[in-house]
Amino acid sequence: MNRLAIELPGLQLKNPIMPASGCFGFGKEYGRLYDLSKLGAIMIKATTLETRFGNPTPRVAETPAGMLNAIGLQNPGLTGVMENELPWLEQFDVPIIANVAGTETEDYVEVAKVISTAPNVHALELNISCPNVKAGGITFGTDPEIAKELTSAVKAVSKVPVYVKLSPNVTNVTEIAKAVEAGGADGITMINTLVGMRLDEKTGRPVIANGTGGLSGPAVKPVAIRMVYEVYKAVNIPIIGMGGVSEVTDVIDFLSAGASAVAVGTANFVNPFVCPTIIDQLPAKLDELGVNHISELIGRSHRL
Amino acid sequence: MILQDRMVVQSQQQIAQDIFEMKLTGNLVGEITSPGQFVHIRVADSFEPLLRRPISIAAIDQAAKEMTIIYRAEGRGTKVLSEKRSGDTVDVLGPLGNGFPVDEAMPGETVVLVGGGIGVPPLYELSKQLTAKGVTCIHVLGFQTETVVFYEEQFMQLGETYIATVDSTRGTAGFVTDVLQTVDANFSMYFSCGPMLMLQAVQQMYPNKKGYLSFEERMGCGIGACFACVCQTTENSSKDYVKVCSDGPVFPAGVVAL
Repeated sequence: MNRLAIELPGLQLKNPIMPASGCFGFGKEYGRLYDLSKLGAIMIKATTLETRFGNPTPRVAETPAGMLNAIGLQNPGLTGVMENELPWLEQFDVPIIANVAGTETEDYVEVAKVISTAPNVHALELNISCPNVKAGGITFGTDPEIAKELTSAVKAVSKVPVYVKLSPNVTNVTEIAKAVEAGGADGITMINTLVGMRLDEKTGRPVIANGTGGLSGPAVKPVAIRMVYEVYKAVNIPIIGMGGVSEVTDVIDFLSAGASAVAVGTANFVNPFVCPTIIDQLPAKLDELGVNHISELIGRSHRL
Repeated sequence: MILQDRMVVQSQQQIAQDIFEMKLTGNLVGEITSPGQFVHIRVADSFEPLLRRPISIAAIDQAAKEMTIIYRAEGRGTKVLSEKRSGDTVDVLGPLGNGFPVDEAMPGETVVLVGGGIGVPPLYELSKQLTAKGVTCIHVLGFQTETVVFYEEQFMQLGETYIATVDSTRGTAGFVTDVLQTVDANFSMYFSCGPMLMLQAVQQMYPNKKGYLSFEERMGCGIGACFACVCQTTENSSKDYVKVCSDGPVFPAGVVAL
């Protein structure tokens, strides 16, 4: 028996660990460092209908126990991803979760329709929470009604289950979670980055060319845990949790709060081997906690 | 191959104001293929500071599995790094990126190496490898002021070396371009590493010469995955953009839009 296996809509995960979208490109760079088949899944970088160059540099800035980024969804566009990136990933035994982004509902629908037909794409992750693009992105993720409508529109065309990535930049995250559930979402991924700003100490100007950026890294973990905890109570669809995961104990925390699987983001930049390292450490951690199967930990904090 | 190596500090010394030279040993050294490649260093095992620091390789000793890095301790991360002592270990990822093409210069040719400030270090290993194969190197090194000048003697041992300081406290008063105006233009190619404005000026000075420029940009992952260090390319480049970390940091002159 595989003690780490988790089953979610569209996804048979050999373990619940996956790199988060935007922190792993389309896998090529990390594929030079280790066998990607080891991963539970891969959330690939956001794909938009057209090629995007992204924002001017500087695009990143370090902050206490974290970093800000404003990459701006740079990607080769739907055609590039379908023709080059996804076929390359087929050599690995790993399900792909395709992150879908856009500026209009029609963009999301068009990308979802096509990308969900790729043989290795087992689920979509609707990016309604990117804080770094002028139009679209986060605007879809902060209004419950709009989030619900977009979810329904994408569900109507997708060949695979649809997960919706929630923004933490809202007053009440459960409202958005319930709205996307009502819109037909098969699952929720959370959280995206928190909008932040760092100023240059000499000039007073924002360090990031875009002005604001998305905060990630260990600094955001308490916010993410709180939000996963709240959303777990509010909805009946599974959650893939993320936000500041760097080590195996963080994974246990997210599962306890209610996540069924866990994504690792910024930590990949600090330690490119972080995902396989955590996967290797999980069985011993289960022993330590006296748990037979990892699924027993899901939502544990709510049963105390 | 890129390794994550716990390298051992052999020595650390301050060689100019805020400038440190550190020697490290480990298996990673055996993977270095060209001068101008860099390493990505995690200076602390805690979350503070969180990200790695990209630092260029100044010298390699394959027999001793030793590399030398020279860096400016200016920000939080490099200050922590400057506190390491011999015997300490450091988490190093590398070697990363593509360095200078030593093969492009033929024995008997003369080349010019132009460095600015903390862009000078990778030119040292480059010059060692070029001179070892019989290429004559002329070094033009620019600094802000006398107190931050380093490795002048080391470069002099390899070939003609000219120093420029912005405040005229050492060598030629002004910039590397002021020195270059006095250098015989009868050389075959140039190699340069330093601030963007300097690279721009050098490239403009020699529009018809073959040249290689090493760029610096804020980085996240250092391996090409995060798209933090992306640069726009010129119209005559085959790509729309390049990543400084994995496509560079060294590019032929004319590729990156300056």
